[in-house]
Amino acid sequence: MKTANQLFATESNRATWTPLLELAAREVFSLMLSSELTPAEAGDDPIPAVTSMVGMAGQLNGVLSVCCNEKAAAMMASKMLGIEPSKVGVEMADAVGEVCNMVAGNFKNKISGLGDGCLLSPPTVVTGSDYSLHSSADYPALEVRLLFEGAPVAITLQIHS
Amino acid sequence: MSIRALIVDDSSVMRKIVERSLRQAGIELAQVFDAGNGAEALVVLQQNEVDLILCDINMPVMDGLEFIKQLPGVPKAKGVPVIMITTEGSEAHVVQALSCGARGYIRKPFTPEQVKEQVLPVLAVKQ
Repeated sequence: MKTANQLFATESNRATWTPLLELAAREVFSLMLSSELTPAEAGDDPIPAVTSMVGMAGQLNGVLSVCCNEKAAAMMASKMLGIEPSKVGVEMADAVGEVCNMVAGNFKNKISGLGDGCLLSPPTVVTGSDYSLHSSADYPALEVRLLFEGAPVAITLQIHS
Repeated sequence: MSIRALIVDDSSVMRKIVERSLRQAGIELAQVFDAGNGAEALVVLQQNEVDLILCDINMPVMDGLEFIKQLPGVPKAKGVPVIMITTEGSEAHVVQALSCGARGYIRKPFTPEQVKEQVLPVLAVKQ
């Protein structure tokens, strides 16, 4: 039986997984933040202020990350808590972490065999932009860029063999 | 119907969302207790009676499945329905949670309607 990693290695499956990643993100923002994500234009890259990562291990090994600027992170917490963005404090990291966790869970539940065969780590959240991320991923990353309330959000899945 | 609820999740943001979803589902909350993991929830239940427990599975210190296994040893938790709310939505996870004693299962992301569908029947049975 092939692992999800091996299935992912084929180009056709990579093409299939990207829309599922986007759908997983859209559903999370729609249901939990009452916000519809819109397509990003070329060059809509978030200036990273908050980056959340969730590890995936089992049939699929990798890291799913959600990266956004401070305005988007504050807006996520605002929408989730029902408070003004200006009143958001330490909850910002928790909110982005939970969004990342839900996108990862929702994504894996959309792929046959992954729901049972892949465990998620608790989210890790990095704040600030002065960092470099080095990964041992050996497949091209899946990346989805969308606009959340006008602010770009990057959702990336890096797959390890 | 006005109830006392215990919400267990390591994310404070998610605890707020669950509380708001209960209210949006038309469930009147007389009192809301919260805990960041199963061990904290057991401490809450040593001192307080509740009508409903909503619990995440993946949490540090004590996860949700271990928590519900420990509930029979807590007198104030006797007969209190537990509903799991988690990102783990596979059939195996649902079966595992139900076999541990959970009465319902809600997968994140969720709508207030899904919360209502799971919560109202177990509250009706309890009454």
